[in-house]
Amino acid sequence: MALNWSDNKGCALSKQRFTWKELAPQPISKLDDDAFTRVRIILMAGLELDSVRSKHIAARFDFNHRLPLAQMRRVEHHQATLINWLIGPDHSPLDTTIAYEQVAIEVTAALAQVEPDPYIAQTMRFGLLEDFDHLYRYAALMDRLEGKDANNILQCYTDILAGRPTSVEHRAPEDDLRSHYDAASASPLTKMHSIIITGSEYQTHDYYMVVGPQFADPAARQLYAEIASIEEQHVTQYGSMIDPSQPLLEQWLMQEAAEVYMYHSCARYEDNPRIKAIWERFVDYELGHLHAVCDLYRKEYRRDPEELLPAELPEPLAFASQRDFVQKVLNEEVNLRALGTEYSQSGDESKATLAYRTHMNSEGSPTEIIASGYRWMPGTEVLNKAA
Amino acid sequence: MNQTAPLGMNRTGMQISPMDAERLLQATADFEPDIAEQDVADLRLAMIAEAQPIGSVPVPATLKGVAKAGMQMLTGHKAHALLDKLAERLAYERAGTRLYDAFVTKCEAYSDELGPISLETVRQFRNEEADHVRIIDDAIRSIGGDPTAATPCADLTGVETMGLLQVVVDPRTSVIQSLHAVLVAELGDEPAWELLAESARAMGQSEMADNFDEALAEETVHLETVRAWYAEATRSLLGIAS
Repeated sequence: MALNWSDNKGCALSKQRFTWKELAPQPISKLDDDAFTRVRIILMAGLELDSVRSKHIAARFDFNHRLPLAQMRRVEHHQATLINWLIGPDHSPLDTTIAYEQVAIEVTAALAQVEPDPYIAQTMRFGLLEDFDHLYRYAALMDRLEGKDANNILQCYTDILAGRPTSVEHRAPEDDLRSHYDAASASPLTKMHSIIITGSEYQTHDYYMVVGPQFADPAARQLYAEIASIEEQHVTQYGSMIDPSQPLLEQWLMQEAAEVYMYHSCARYEDNPRIKAIWERFVDYELGHLHAVCDLYRKEYRRDPEELLPAELPEPLAFASQRDFVQKVLNEEVNLRALGTEYSQSGDESKATLAYRTHMNSEGSPTEIIASGYRWMPGTEVLNKAA
Repeated sequence: MNQTAPLGMNRTGMQISPMDAERLLQATADFEPDIAEQDVADLRLAMIAEAQPIGSVPVPATLKGVAKAGMQMLTGHKAHALLDKLAERLAYERAGTRLYDAFVTKCEAYSDELGPISLETVRQFRNEEADHVRIIDDAIRSIGGDPTAATPCADLTGVETMGLLQVVVDPRTSVIQSLHAVLVAELGDEPAWELLAESARAMGQSEMADNFDEALAEETVHLETVRAWYAEATRSLLGIAS
């Protein structure tokens, strides 16, 4: 059921409080909770952290809004903490990595199917096949380094196959930038989707940059370095979809709307009652944030925020296996390449990209090496090789 | 001791989602993986060939001009190797004390269902681990070494035992799950003390070796006791007679 934000003021920002104990809640069970509960946790922590990051950057350019930005940022930081701390300590860095890629695949696939702008949807499908390949490479690492089965995390929702090979994902920056939507004509859904996917990729990039050096194995260290580089490209790609001509308050408003929308979607699909209560609480918090920004918007522009955002938000985003869609995209678009801001069906690429890639791969591609001849099988390939 | 893991909705295996599992297997069966030019073992061998050591053993003060009788007596032996092993034991015993601290707390939380485990004995073992820290600290000082320095073996001890502490401090783990981590720690401790006492004696450090023998005797009791507790608790969980 769609949510009417206009009539629902939510919880006022001044009443949004936490204790330290609340910020470090009982984690989910890695074994018993549904994989999509973990997907939602990772996604929403990423969205909150992106909101905090965006507000820091905004404050560097806008003196007048520093106080309201700081006030909202404090709550968002604590929301991100509470959510992120739901991941239990028995999740190894590689467990969490596999889960991050499941987020990238399942959420991107769900967004791409409801994205109204065909070019933005194409961009999401393009990125989807790259993250799909990352999952395969990390699953190979998990099996071959630690003797663990990635499907313990994925719970059969997501296929473990090569996508667009990571070794050919390396592109020159000019081939990672995309055309931005036109803020004047774009659907609010397109604006929210762009924010959601950029935040998600940002968090993945940052996570790999933190855990990559924690591995002792040189193959793992190189693998994380290679995939983190693609995540940086993805942040560039998705971030460039956002129309930079939108003033701060307009972007800020859409960010808060995206958070309301996503918490509402999380609550709609959550089957763990304790976690569902968190999503519902944060729907209320985000409504409070959204209305606070609306007040600023009205005051500054003397315009109605409903001009930017329809009173009723879209139907909740689906949290479910997108296997059929992903397989279709894999079959039809794996050979697509980026050329400038467009996509090349023929596989043509720029000289700059080819030169960059050739050099980066000149001492070997760790994603190719770690997954050489790898075919996922239940219970790890150790079972096969032991025979 | 009633701490059997409950039967429940564990979703990690294939059998819990047969339809999705079938789709996953189908997709994988049709997949032909690429073969890379370079093997992962080649990458690792190349990196091993290029690798620098983890770090070094600090130069003892004696070699900087401050004469120490103990260190002089080690002339002809690899004093720095002994220092590294002593620092390793120091780090292990310090971490072991904290591991027992966490285990004491876990046992206190379940004090009515400890089965064969004696909380008083667990506390005693904790204090003995702390005593061993002081024994090693004195030993390092006696030969002019710096017990505050983290040597390579001491550093790697921290890497090795990281997972053991994670198990015991996790509020969700049971006493017997934590006890297994303590058992793994004790399994590494006893042979290490045995080797250290033997090495100190062979290197002319008889007083040090005598002290180490006393620690070894306590560690042997730790290992035998913890192993027996674990065996009895496991048999109890499985419902089999000892």
